[in-house]
Amino acid sequence: MRIVVLVKEVPDTYGDRLLDLETGLADRAASERVLDEIGERAIEAAVVIKEAAGDAEVVLVTMGPESASTGLRKGLAMGADRAVHVLDAELAGADLTLTAETLAAAVRREEPDLVIAGVLSTDGTGAVIPAMVAEHLGAAHLTSMNSIAVADGRASGVRATDLGTAAVSAALPAVVSITEAMPEARFPNFKGIMAAKKKPLDAVSLADLGLTASLQTPRSIMTSIAQKPARSGGTVIVDEGDGGERLAQFLISNKLV
Amino acid sequence: MGGTDMSATSTDPILVLVEHADGVPLASAAELIGAAAAVGSPVALVVAAPGAGAALAAAAGSLGAGRVLLAESDTLGAVLTAPLTDALAAAVDAVRPRAVLIPNSVEGRDAAARLAVRIGAALAVDAVGVDRDDEGVLSKHSVYGGAYDVVAAPTFGLPVITVRVGAVDARAAAVEPAIETLVVEASSIPAATIESFEPVVAAADRPELRGAKRVVSGGRGLGSVEKFVLVEQLADALGAAVGASRAAVDAGYIPQSHQVGQTGVSVAPQLYVALGISGAIQHRAGMQTSKTIVAINTDADAPIFQIADFGVVGDVFTVVPQLIEALQAKKSGS
Repeated sequence: MRIVVLVKEVPDTYGDRLLDLETGLADRAASERVLDEIGERAIEAAVVIKEAAGDAEVVLVTMGPESASTGLRKGLAMGADRAVHVLDAELAGADLTLTAETLAAAVRREEPDLVIAGVLSTDGTGAVIPAMVAEHLGAAHLTSMNSIAVADGRASGVRATDLGTAAVSAALPAVVSITEAMPEARFPNFKGIMAAKKKPLDAVSLADLGLTASLQTPRSIMTSIAQKPARSGGTVIVDEGDGGERLAQFLISNKLV
Repeated sequence: MGGTDMSATSTDPILVLVEHADGVPLASAAELIGAAAAVGSPVALVVAAPGAGAALAAAAGSLGAGRVLLAESDTLGAVLTAPLTDALAAAVDAVRPRAVLIPNSVEGRDAAARLAVRIGAALAVDAVGVDRDDEGVLSKHSVYGGAYDVVAAPTFGLPVITVRVGAVDARAAAVEPAIETLVVEASSIPAATIESFEPVVAAADRPELRGAKRVVSGGRGLGSVEKFVLVEQLADALGAAVGASRAAVDAGYIPQSHQVGQTGVSVAPQLYVALGISGAIQHRAGMQTSKTIVAINTDADAPIFQIADFGVVGDVFTVVPQLIEALQAKKSGS
């Protein structure tokens, strides 16, 4: 069995995240770049499935600037077998359409049985890439999964929606997206880190994938961008026995109750 | 954005996917039809089990959709997303809309993702509003946790736009809709099977978190599942939805569906009350566009106070009961 995990480098949410007001692109220098935590959980899920299956291979696929290879090495240290890095200057500022098309092309080459991704990235927060990739691949999707298991040629688990939870399953190949209800990623150990240095990490270009960032396809573009003024604090009081009453007065005088 | 001539363009069809449960449209339906009416002429798509569609179609009309396409599906509820995607693709063919608006819910975004790829349309997600200019429909987005306002448009062609639930205040006037049956051809692409479904049991009279006008959220400061009840008590006193920080969810105080923040639900209510929440940047990203923010926390240095309109440094277990009592005293007119 071959499992592809889609991962992404994102600005660290523990720091300030800035957009360039000229280009609308992420200001990469403004913050630390890290592997998205939900993507790490996706790697964990894949490695757990691999450990149970025995003869499985876990392949990481990412699209991003050169720095994204750091995150791939971390994923290899966690137990993935090899990594594919789609690296092409033409992909700077790629919209969802181009991103999904590119990732799908990179995934298709691997002929996976299972594709696992995080439900949404902390920067784009779109939560649409897994289903878009599935549509490109002509495969079923299992999105927003709180659990995932593979047996008898099917993937199955519990899916969380706004209205409830569902038990769902699909024949392989399938594309899965997981939520934070899935286990946290393991820390790579020393042996894993050493082994990761020797694992294959291949950079591929759009041309290698037989794609161009063509303008023949409709794309979503940013037509304007503005930074909102930072929210400033208001009144802060220390409770001296009447904190609840003073808060009630604030709510009443501002017609909030 | 150039000069907008609404009168010349207001008849452009805007296709809206109506999500529903238990035979009634979800809150997103009124919002999306309201948004569509401001930039064109709303055409509602109702995908329903056989026999359940007529009432929903009429309901879509009462929300302002002058034209309703009704697709009856006997696989809805048994097959994941495909009934929605297939109906949307057929509806785009039938209507030739200027834009497609879909709720940015778990179900909606999967359908939007599939549709955009299938018909080769540009996709814009989590819009907080729509607008239009001479070239077509634009989507407005609030990104990086509300730090930036961004406007997006397709380079050409039809935009498929998912709209954040609770973000649109506009409502359309009720109309008597023209209802048409939509014939849908099922795609050959495999889809997942829904084997069983367990609905969320919502407390009676407590609003849904997504789109709520008032939200009371609790954090790790509540200390235990038992003590988290305090959050629910204040929520009920205020008629508010219940939210939580990721720390409270991770600690098992409340199910994940209540998580507010970066990777949970984004809310922008009139009033947001944070109890025992420090205000980590991931939490703030999901609530800092709230109109008024109130916080109670024992730690005077908690980052939540930097964005609070009114903050109380104190113990939630003494401040909140007093607050509830004061609110009840006001309600009873004493």
